Amino acid sequence: MSAVIENHHDDHHHGPDKGLMRWVLTTNHKDIGTLYLWFSFAMFLTGGCMALVIRAELFQPGLQLVVPEFFNQMTTMHGLIMVFGAVMPAFVGLANWLVPMMIGAPDMALPRMNNYSFWILPFAFSMLLSTLFMEGGAPNFGWTFYAPLSTEYAPPSVTFFIFAVHLMGISSIMGSINVVVTILNLRAPGMRLMDMPLFVWTWLITAYLLIAVMPVLAGVVTMMLMDIHFGTAFFSAGGGGDPVLFQHVFWFFGHPEVYIMILPAFGIVSAIIPTFARKKLFGYDSMVYATASIAFLSFIVWAHHMFTVGMPIAGELYFMYATMLIAVPTGVKVFNWAATMWQGSMTFETPMLFAVAFVILFTIGGLSGLMLSIVPADFQYHDTYFVVAHFHYVLVPGSIFSIMAAAYYWLPKWTGNMYDETLGKTHFWLSFVGVNVTFFPQHFIGLAGMPRRYPDYALQFADWNMVSSVGAFIFGFSQLLFLFIVIKCIMGGKKATDEVWDGAEGLEWTIASPAPYHTFSTPPELPERSMA
Amino acid sequence: MARKESKVGGVQRLKASLQWLIAVAALSSSWQALADWSALNMTRGVTAISREVYDLHMLIFTICVVIGVLVFGVMIWSMLVHRKSLGHKPATFSHSTKLEYAWTIIPIFILIGMAVPATSTLRDMYDASGADIDIEVRGYQWKWQYTYLSDDPNQEVKFISSLLTPPDEYYNRTPKRENYLSDVDNPLVIPINKRVRFLITSNDVIHSWWVPDFAVKKDAIPGFVHEAWAVVEEPGIYRGKCTELCGKDHGFMPIVVKAVEQAEYESWLAMKQQEALQVYETVGKTWTMAELMETGEQVYAQACQSCHQANGQGIPPAFPSLVGQGLAIGPIDAHIDIVVNGKAGSAMQAFAAQLNPAEIAAVVTYERNAWGNNVGDLVQPRAVNALISSKE
Repeated sequence: MSAVIENHHDDHHHGPDKGLMRWVLTTNHKDIGTLYLWFSFAMFLTGGCMALVIRAELFQPGLQLVVPEFFNQMTTMHGLIMVFGAVMPAFVGLANWLVPMMIGAPDMALPRMNNYSFWILPFAFSMLLSTLFMEGGAPNFGWTFYAPLSTEYAPPSVTFFIFAVHLMGISSIMGSINVVVTILNLRAPGMRLMDMPLFVWTWLITAYLLIAVMPVLAGVVTMMLMDIHFGTAFFSAGGGGDPVLFQHVFWFFGHPEVYIMILPAFGIVSAIIPTFARKKLFGYDSMVYATASIAFLSFIVWAHHMFTVGMPIAGELYFMYATMLIAVPTGVKVFNWAATMWQGSMTFETPMLFAVAFVILFTIGGLSGLMLSIVPADFQYHDTYFVVAHFHYVLVPGSIFSIMAAAYYWLPKWTGNMYDETLGKTHFWLSFVGVNVTFFPQHFIGLAGMPRRYPDYALQFADWNMVSSVGAFIFGFSQLLFLFIVIKCIMGGKKATDEVWDGAEGLEWTIASPAPYHTFSTPPELPERSMA
Repeated sequence: MARKESKVGGVQRLKASLQWLIAVAALSSSWQALADWSALNMTRGVTAISREVYDLHMLIFTICVVIGVLVFGVMIWSMLVHRKSLGHKPATFSHSTKLEYAWTIIPIFILIGMAVPATSTLRDMYDASGADIDIEVRGYQWKWQYTYLSDDPNQEVKFISSLLTPPDEYYNRTPKRENYLSDVDNPLVIPINKRVRFLITSNDVIHSWWVPDFAVKKDAIPGFVHEAWAVVEEPGIYRGKCTELCGKDHGFMPIVVKAVEQAEYESWLAMKQQEALQVYETVGKTWTMAELMETGEQVYAQACQSCHQANGQGIPPAFPSLVGQGLAIGPIDAHIDIVVNGKAGSAMQAFAAQLNPAEIAAVVTYERNAWGNNVGDLVQPRAVNALISSKE
């Protein structure tokens, strides 16, 4: 710490304010990144508790703990909170911390707006969570909120849900504009786009996706609001509207949204695997092109979520072929990661364990995604637990594992202390076993015919549901260990070096550990071009 | 020298891990023999289409497993061998144009290999031209209505099919019997080896009609009529589920299809048509209070109870209480009207489409006199019939 103060003594920089107002008023990208990450973790635990209510109810056939009305509220809120409250803010938090440090910028380009984008979120989620205590209960129509279940047949709290979604959308759009402006304007002199670390690249592309689709989400919830309160009939068949229109508009947002939750993960893993393989990332250029291709494809495949709504065969075939194409750039990425590991000199610290588990388990989710793209087979898979298994494989050991890998990888840079490696590995193995025991059997349950969003089920599904519930509790409770490890690391521990990991490359490893409150007030000299 | 030693160590570790793998594989194969395959995989079904879909599923599944084994094999090999702890030195390559082209182009051919059979199966499924029997499938919160369409409206057969499992079973008060949550009061009956077309729609929210054995899953959407078809080859009872979230009892509206020989189907249909005629007679006669209350209780349990609850208390605010308040103790005409025509913008359905006038008269009478409401009045089926006819 003293070294840091000395370094910056002449710069007339001051440290953070004291007390609560530091966090309320902060415009510092590191503070805001920290706020986002803690907020996201709180939401992760909240959404996780809801998942455990679901799994506890499904532990055995029959209704033991909750009634179906509340069960539907749990599935809905779990999905909304995990997507909008846990995964997305975690990635924004990582972007806040890392993008300026990776491109040699002193801060985000729009610091005050950065503060607003964060502080909208606690209000949005307070509003969303408050619906649980309202008459008629919380939203109960699934996180995909298909009309007319979410309009004519919705509980009164749907209006609060709509405004909460509006707030989240505003926050996301402001956050992404900030990321785009920062990356395009504040790179250290001499850093070309194709010199940027992949995390920066994937976030740049993600930010464009967000700017493109969040207004579509805002549009669809506004149409709902009009239908509910102002007598329109966008989605009401009785009034001449079209319930399927809802699904088209929703998934035009929803499919890019899925990639919003995975592209930054690709960037994280592309940073971690080379470090611990002590070998350069294989195929940097093709990684960038593959990310861009996936982003482009994400706009033209939305109706593969709707194969059973009765589209004409030409539509079904088009969306099937377009969806299958996504396998190509995604495959390129997986092969590149494998090739990066190949002939490396690997060690398996916690971030590497999470990153490798990401590649393998995300690929399992990708392969089941390929199966789902085959329309005739999808008729049998659609809306069963096979789909639940698929998207949890890409989201939990996908997105969430990448976020945990990132936390372990950069924690020493953020706090100046090494985390406890033994505890970290314990956390990994508990999570790894828990996640697979939870979600792998769901493939079986789904193929055998259990639909999703069922509070109770026929007896032939009992065994695997029980296994899945046991796994969920293992996974859920092992996240408390993660909380403990992070707090322990913040409180103290072995001091981290500036470089932290002996194979790490990138500007963030050239600054002190912990990262000083202000970094790169003068742009860094880039090392000779190593990325190109 | 040190390097050599570590290499030997590596080989031993490899051997040890291989032994582990073999042990795990042996365990899992013996365990698989015990496990029930139908609990793990898709059903093959009983139509030519469903078998085509099953084969397609197994083909793409096998391709995915092979890809997975290859990719994960390379990664696992690399993790076992290319370790710093074994003294492996990192290579310096970071791209290979040839390799990158290869793993972009080869997957495209694999995808084409999947797309060709998928396209042909889909074309077969979409060929719905001509049908021997047309059945309208209509989703309601939370039951199905089946109508056997006929050019002569008097020949039409129409009935509601809803869950048979009593609440006592799913609230764990009595043991769960066979076909728990999978049985209905009135199954759909179809003849084998006939092309049966299902015209699928909904009366309220979106449902989805899925019978895995036919590989038929189509969303039931208000304002749309979608078609699907099946030629069932074996007599039997085939069970399905609603697969689109449709509200609180989404998990409690199963589908049962009974496929029978043509002769049996015809006699069943004739019986149903006879039953429909009898309804006209029952509407004409004058019912006693006791008759109305007895029938009313049964109708209430089948049509009203899932929302308004067995004790009439409902689940406010979505499903209001009927006890001591509102229309149930108010003017009788308004009470009949809401049951007949439903209430727009709410979950209250227009039951004229589901219940016959006698059933409506009975259930209205029951609601007015059960749970201590004791209004004391009753309504005759012919009064309900007159109300419905005047609307038409």
